[in-house]
Amino acid sequence: MTLGPLLIGIYVFVLAGFVGFEMITKVPPTLHTPLMSGANAISGITVVGAVAAATTGAPTIANILGALAIVTATINVVGGFLVTDRMLRMFGRKKPKALKAEAAGVPAEGREAVSK
Amino acid sequence: MNQEVIRSTVVPVIYLLSTVLFIFGIKQLAKVKTARRGNAIAAVGMLLAIIGALLELGIVDYRWIAGGMAIGTVIGLLFAIRVQMTAMPEMVALFNGFGGIASALVATSVYWDLVVQRAPAGTVYQALGTDEAITVMLSILIGGITFTGSLVALFKLQGKLKKGQPILLPARHYITFGLLFASFAFGGIAVAAGASDSVVWVLALSAVALILGVLLTIPIGGADMPVVVSLLNSYSGLAASMAGFVIGNPLLIIAGAMVGAAGLILTQIMCVAMNRSLLNVLVGGFGVADGASGGGSDEYTSVTSCGPEEAAMILENAESVIIVPGYGLAVAQAQHAVRELADMLKARGTRVTYGIHPVAGRMPGHMNVLLAEADVPYEELLEMDVINSEFKNTDVVIVLGANDVVNPAAMKDPSSPIAGMPILNAHEARSVFVVKRSLSPGYAGIKNELFEYDNTMMIFGDAKKVLQGLIGEVKDL
Repeated sequence: MTLGPLLIGIYVFVLAGFVGFEMITKVPPTLHTPLMSGANAISGITVVGAVAAATTGAPTIANILGALAIVTATINVVGGFLVTDRMLRMFGRKKPKALKAEAAGVPAEGREAVSK
Repeated sequence: MNQEVIRSTVVPVIYLLSTVLFIFGIKQLAKVKTARRGNAIAAVGMLLAIIGALLELGIVDYRWIAGGMAIGTVIGLLFAIRVQMTAMPEMVALFNGFGGIASALVATSVYWDLVVQRAPAGTVYQALGTDEAITVMLSILIGGITFTGSLVALFKLQGKLKKGQPILLPARHYITFGLLFASFAFGGIAVAAGASDSVVWVLALSAVALILGVLLTIPIGGADMPVVVSLLNSYSGLAASMAGFVIGNPLLIIAGAMVGAAGLILTQIMCVAMNRSLLNVLVGGFGVADGASGGGSDEYTSVTSCGPEEAAMILENAESVIIVPGYGLAVAQAQHAVRELADMLKARGTRVTYGIHPVAGRMPGHMNVLLAEADVPYEELLEMDVINSEFKNTDVVIVLGANDVVNPAAMKDPSSPIAGMPILNAHEARSVFVVKRSLSPGYAGIKNELFEYDNTMMIFGDAKKVLQGLIGEVKDL
């Protein structure tokens, strides 16, 4: 059996799809939005294709389309990862205010268990 | 090392590394304690991928690439830094749209370069190969739908476009299926056509894809937008995967397929939370009054309202308080005010927790993100399954800008459009305060009978202003 490039691509596509399914089965609701946002940033991987589509300086239509693809995909990547980080930063941080709440009677053990 | 070795060995290894980082990144993003690191790992994977792509190119004219990346980085940075926490769902929708259109543009660019510019004499499938020609058309179709669909979702989340209400065209299902069929036909014709003839068909396909994105999204109500954005996220992954087939890059195929599958799973999780099927969401029109929907009249007859003073007096004697936040909290930016009130109540010995409905706000986890911003301790946010048994032993529930997720009609009235949707049993508490600007319906567009219950009191006003009023009153107690 020999596989052509298309079939290899389809094999890879199907298997990667299953990896995606398996990875996401158990997620706490808190993380749904950050996860969606992070996954969305990864879909900006199309920037790799866009880079290959704008390889000359000539203002041809193909190049202009490629450059537009680079701009939009880069927005997706840069914005996506940053926004995800901004959201996640809020879960991880320990600020004086939070410590004050701890002093006010929130059990320290429970807090540790969650923030670790 | 010569360029040949770089292309055949170094670049594929870099891409493989990048794939592995994406997998680790997504896995870690799904756990609270590692989520931030997971995001960073995925970002490193992306950086590697871009380095790999540049190495693969070798020495070319970098001006357009550098310029495009610089512009994209600046715009992405500005968006990400300036956006309010409350507008996160909109931001995800917008970025998603950009990702979708990027994939469509890549495919169009490859088509234009290899067909129109280099092989104007032959047919499209001769120039590209049949497989690649088909994936070009699919990229354009899926990418285009993702782009306009995401933009419509963005406007609906902002409350524009008929305030997010469903927009129903006559015979819309026929129009949609007709256009979908037309897009396949145009794509097929383009694949078989001669290079110069194919341009008009590719343009027609692009136009139909953009229209389809709008038509598929406008009949869906604003409350269902989380599901739509999640599904569109899945589409943008699929579009990237198709672009991977076009340029023959396994990294795009893998990353795109993983995002596509992940988006689909999240979509499913959200549908389950609303007790609805994906099909039911996508057909749309949910919550549009058509005369038969919903039991009883839409008018409120016996609503009790009170001001902050009265509410504070009841809060004074409460031993336990559950706060139920909703989209109104996000709109009013009241997350800091609510924590301040909760801190004051806790200082008085009251037990304060938050009941988080899975679809409260405009995204799953929307409320968690907002409240985390205001440093609300994580362990005080309780999910629906955990907290629902506690309402009947609770003195006071404060509903902040939530509506449909506490509507008892979902349990009691089988004819209600939201019948069967799991709700937070706020009505079982001894007293319920509903902070809301008016009696206008939520996104499901139906009356909330909770507002008429004897144990319910409405506090009309903007969530933040009401909370500030309450804080002032509680201080004076």
